[in-house]
Amino acid sequence: MHASLAIWIMQAFNGLSTFSVLLLMALGLAIIFGQMGVINMAHGEFLTIGAYTTYLLSHASEKWAPWLSKWYFLVAVVVAFSLAGFVGLLVEHLLIRRLYRRPLDTLLATWGLSLIMQQTFRSAFGAREVSATLPDWLMGSLKPTPAIDIPINGLFVMGLTMGLTALVFVLLFRTRIGVDVRATMQNRAMAGAAGINTGRIDRFTFAFGCGLAGIAGAAFTTIGSTGPTSGSLYIVDTFLVVVFGGAQSLLGTIASAFTIAQTQATTEFFMTGSMAKVLTLSAVILILMARPQGLFTLQLRR
Amino acid sequence: MPTPHPSAQRANALRHLTTRLVTDLRGRENTYFLILAVLLLVAFPLFMDVFRLNLVGKYLTYAFVSLGLVLCWGYGGILSLGQGVFFGLGGYCMAMFLKLEASDPVSTSIQSTPGIPDFMDWNQLKALPLFWAPFRSFGFTLIAIAVVPAVLAALLGIPMFRRRVGGVYFAIITQAVASILAILIVGQQGYTGGINGITDLKTLHGWDIRTDSAKRILYYVNALLLLGGVGVGFSILRSKLGRLLVALRDREERVLFTGYDVASIKTFVFVLAAIYSAVGGAMFTLQVGFMSPSFVGIVPSIEMVIAAAVGGRGSLFGAIYGTLLVNFGKTYFSESFPELWLFVIGALFIAVVMLFPDGLAGIDLRGAILRLVLRVRGGRRPMAASAAPPAKGELSAEPAGSSGAGAVGT
Repeated sequence: MHASLAIWIMQAFNGLSTFSVLLLMALGLAIIFGQMGVINMAHGEFLTIGAYTTYLLSHASEKWAPWLSKWYFLVAVVVAFSLAGFVGLLVEHLLIRRLYRRPLDTLLATWGLSLIMQQTFRSAFGAREVSATLPDWLMGSLKPTPAIDIPINGLFVMGLTMGLTALVFVLLFRTRIGVDVRATMQNRAMAGAAGINTGRIDRFTFAFGCGLAGIAGAAFTTIGSTGPTSGSLYIVDTFLVVVFGGAQSLLGTIASAFTIAQTQATTEFFMTGSMAKVLTLSAVILILMARPQGLFTLQLRR
Repeated sequence: MPTPHPSAQRANALRHLTTRLVTDLRGRENTYFLILAVLLLVAFPLFMDVFRLNLVGKYLTYAFVSLGLVLCWGYGGILSLGQGVFFGLGGYCMAMFLKLEASDPVSTSIQSTPGIPDFMDWNQLKALPLFWAPFRSFGFTLIAIAVVPAVLAALLGIPMFRRRVGGVYFAIITQAVASILAILIVGQQGYTGGINGITDLKTLHGWDIRTDSAKRILYYVNALLLLGGVGVGFSILRSKLGRLLVALRDREERVLFTGYDVASIKTFVFVLAAIYSAVGGAMFTLQVGFMSPSFVGIVPSIEMVIAAAVGGRGSLFGAIYGTLLVNFGKTYFSESFPELWLFVIGALFIAVVMLFPDGLAGIDLRGAILRLVLRVRGGRRPMAASAAPPAKGELSAEPAGSSGAGAVGT
């Protein structure tokens, strides 16, 4: 009886852990794709930027600033956000800006961008996967009872996800700039007429979404290693999470990440990982066929 | 007697010009078709050794996918990022037949269960799975190559097109399907051969497909099928259906309100594109001698899209040349400068979208000359130049303007 409870708790934790990973990835995309409607196939590569930044900083701090090595990770989160955001700004200016009216073409162009970024990573860091050195406080696990084992890095990612989600909500729904962003995305002409600089809002929103991907990348270094194509592995899942949730609803993204993660974690208990994934994704697609607007929809007057 | 109003005069002249251009273009298409036929059936076999010819044959199997994409994406406006699924299904159907023939009880006598494919034996399967059994028949296999992908495409297409899911959502969902099928094939090793795919294919009804002469014959079969595919494509585009396709790509609501069943038209063209891809896949298996999940997933599917885009999403001929060019490029770069290939293909993706939305076929010298002539003739009437079909300067900003074939549709 006791053992089965422990298994149940561990299973629940696995599900929550997958959930926070999915949500972390999907947050940036929920803004870029969900709010702006831009298909950024290179989103995974922005994640990789964050991951490599963390890797570089971890080694730099080991070498030159050992006093920092305990807390370098917090610095890395900020740097990853800024760097990914800055690259996002450039990409928006050079590429995305010209393609807002051609979503399918944006998809192709950003896929090309993702290939270029992948090869850049490979040339710079090599094809082999690298890992950042984890500070002590992220290692080990909590053991409330001998049968239960909860890794701290998983807990950390969970906490970070919750914090970021809260931040996004506050930013979108409680600040002036959030109002401007939502106004621009819901009715561009009217927002422009009301004096909002919509071009600037686009740039800011895209860069912010990319920055979030950068933070997700930094967080991923605590649970896995980083390779040139790490980011692209997640891109399809991430898009499905956002579409499944209902593209314009942030709440929907959270609900959909939760549903998909729990389904995945539960089915994984009964079959191989690949079959669990096939089953989960197929279920998502079947539901999307019946209900294309996703779980949650935003009521909008067009 | 009143003289016709100047605007009527102008319209008359314009109609005259348009008619002449359309008949002209039809003639041009025939010439292009002849050039392609000579290139594929005479020039390539004459100037290439069997190895190179086989390679071209392999590229031409991708051209089937591109043809389907031109119809479905270029004309219908439906971008599928899952064409690898159909290519793979066609290829796997053929591979299953060939594998069963290669695994007769005599040559597999060292296995613990003779008579089943080797990878099944390695995965401790004791009997042939049920869904493999019908593939002992060649007739069934040929039917399955077309029907299996067609049914899947219809199952995917009908509910989505009925609910008017299109554009980006359709693209993402088809991409997810590609991802699922690749994971499924890799995961179910015992039934599918896993990541290695189905290999060691030998004979087709006792005819050894690995010999040079067989490769030559298969190349010709492939080329003829492809030319047939081009012919079918053109006959569809010239028909009313072709015009409806263009119409619903550009103004779906209007076609819908005119009373046409948009969902059925879209499903038809998506299914057609799936069958094209599947035929390509089956020919791939025959010519290359194996099939694996590496032709099914996300990456190959999107590479097929870029090949079509480079050639010109609005041109059946362009798609074939684009596919040849992209794949030659891929082979050349991965042999000589492997680290550069991703940069090149990435830049291609961006350049095609930003600079040449019509691809190779969009680089249209004759159109430019005609435009110039019209401008000189029309004098101070830029209207005339922009209304004539071949002057597609302003069309090129559209997602899928086409050069020759678009004008035929008018």
